[in-house]
Amino acid sequence: MKKMMKLFAASALSLALMLSLFACAEAPEEKKAEAPATQSEATTEASGEASPDASGEAAPAEEKTVKVGFVYVSPVGDAGYSYAHDLGRKAVEALDFVTTSYVESVPEGADSERVIRNMARKDFDIIFTTSFGYMDPTIKVAKEFPGVRFMHCSGFKKSENVNNYFGRIYQARYLTGLVAGAMTKSNRLGYVAAFPIPEVIRGINAFTLGVRQSNPEAEVRVVWTKTWYDPALEKDAAKSLLDAGCDVIAQHQDSPAPQEAAQEAGAYSVGYNSDMSSFAPRAHLTSAMWNWAPMYVKTVEQVRDGSWQGDQALWWSMQDGVVDIAPMGPMVPEDVKAQVLAKRDELMSGVDTVFAGPIKNQQGEIAVPEGTSMTDGEMLGMTWFVEGVVGSAE
Amino acid sequence: MLMWEFIIPLMAAAVQSGTPILYATLGEMMTEKGGVLNLGVEGIMAVAALAAFVTSFATGSPWLAFLAGGTAGLAFASLHAFVCITCLGNQVVSGLALTILGLGVSTFLGVPYVGLAAPGFDPFAFPLLSSIPVLGDIFFRQDMLVYISFVIPFFFWFFFRRTSLGLHVAATGEMPAAAAAAGLKPVALRYFAVLTGGFLIGLGGAYLSLAYTHLWTNGLSGGRGWIAVALVIFAFWRPGRAVIGAYLFGGVMAFQLRLQAMGTHIPSSLLLMLPYLLTILVLILSAWRGRRIDAPAALGTNIEPEA
Repeated sequence: MKKMMKLFAASALSLALMLSLFACAEAPEEKKAEAPATQSEATTEASGEASPDASGEAAPAEEKTVKVGFVYVSPVGDAGYSYAHDLGRKAVEALDFVTTSYVESVPEGADSERVIRNMARKDFDIIFTTSFGYMDPTIKVAKEFPGVRFMHCSGFKKSENVNNYFGRIYQARYLTGLVAGAMTKSNRLGYVAAFPIPEVIRGINAFTLGVRQSNPEAEVRVVWTKTWYDPALEKDAAKSLLDAGCDVIAQHQDSPAPQEAAQEAGAYSVGYNSDMSSFAPRAHLTSAMWNWAPMYVKTVEQVRDGSWQGDQALWWSMQDGVVDIAPMGPMVPEDVKAQVLAKRDELMSGVDTVFAGPIKNQQGEIAVPEGTSMTDGEMLGMTWFVEGVVGSAE
Repeated sequence: MLMWEFIIPLMAAAVQSGTPILYATLGEMMTEKGGVLNLGVEGIMAVAALAAFVTSFATGSPWLAFLAGGTAGLAFASLHAFVCITCLGNQVVSGLALTILGLGVSTFLGVPYVGLAAPGFDPFAFPLLSSIPVLGDIFFRQDMLVYISFVIPFFFWFFFRRTSLGLHVAATGEMPAAAAAAGLKPVALRYFAVLTGGFLIGLGGAYLSLAYTHLWTNGLSGGRGWIAVALVIFAFWRPGRAVIGAYLFGGVMAFQLRLQAMGTHIPSSLLLMLPYLLTILVLILSAWRGRRIDAPAALGTNIEPEA
């Protein structure tokens, strides 16, 4: 009998344990979704107080309040991809007619569908789903909620109430390549890359074209990690490239671990997503950076005045302010800086020759003939490496 | 050329990425020697990695942080000990719950620390020993925590072979009833095994956020805890074989990245399968050799009090 009691107590305890952990798994998400919302109420109130003379307009503005949701694939505080999107969210939050919420670390696939549906159900006006793997869930949920607008980042599907959008980060990658190519001494550069999908391959190609523009002898070696975010693995991958003789490490990863590895080895590094100089001040040459703020603000303003349109594929460029490079480090010589900034000015003025022919593929065959340029469609579906990349695009 | 450019850096990387696995494997081995199966290794490592990082961030002392990681592992394992030893709960269920709880708690509490940098351990050349050709380059240009991990297996061996406490713990893992009849306290000994094991697993977690990277992020344990559980079987509960197993796994992880960095054109998906193929192979091999007999006889069974 005593034994039975103990057994019962034990199973009850383990049940309690299981329940508590489910509660834990849910907790951060809900807290996240609510906390920013309350914050934004506070800011709206504050701005109302700050401008008493605008109080006449305050009432209608409150009616027009636009609820904006964001879904992130990684934690916000990572100085990476989601951090960049969240800076955009904060810019939107600062508008006095907007409230925002976000959910971070949402796995791609079925989980994301649940999160997106939850947001749609809570009467959000527009939802930004910011990772490639959210594409099908976004399209699916959008069909169920025709009144909600969706913006899906980095995909290629669209519908009545879904736009896909992205930035031409390859323009910034090309510029970082120009810097890296001028700085290498071993003529061997390393690139820690996440997944062999067109977005990443295009970045590697643009970087390599930049590198070979500065230094036709150089090659770029690629290591795939098959993860967007795993600092330990990213660092290992960077080390393996450094051991193979690479003296500049670039990355298409969301953690600063590859920068750390480069600095420890006395090599140079090129960051991604945001200015990563603080993580490796002695190694950091520059970063390819996102700046979503201007276009996020513009999009939300379109929602407010009713001019938002669905079924579009938007690919914003450096000219729109969405992509740029971080200030170049003190180790970069002045003439290199000047050359890079001249090219940047050209891109800023809307002249984009990054993928203009002649471009050879890895096998040395002409892939883009002289006098032609790759179309957006070709660039979005890019699955092959340009000449100078060492590694497999699979 | 290939030797210096590929093999030696690979072996050195194998030692580094094998080290957290080694700590965790020894910790799990300790626990199992006492007759308790702890499937919560992954969760304990995650909690310990966070505790270590937070301590290092707050105090600036990596040593204190390393101990904090171990202590957090001990505290978290005590939950498992209480459920299994005192309440006689199912060891498998409690261990799995511990893993999921640990991953959840560390993610939740760690949010403010993601993306920050804290002081940790950096590699340095060990005086004299690092000048040994080849071996010095592989084993003695690592960080302090790797050097510490070299001596633990010896202590482990000594503990179970040469001390009476070690023999008592092993006896509780083999036949608790006989141990009790001989006047030992099996319950206390099992607590000792689970808590010490938790401490060692915690040190493995601390390694991840203090030496492997100097960052905290959720999912830092990255499945290493599960590999440790499998490695205990691979090692037939012997510390020497745990060292081989841990470095072998570390090596396979490092190998596939290096093969890519060498510029091979093998699709990366194939290379990434290697560690998992090895896990399956190891388990088949241990089963085939029929060495399950080496497992502590009372592993996984609770000590039922005489009614």
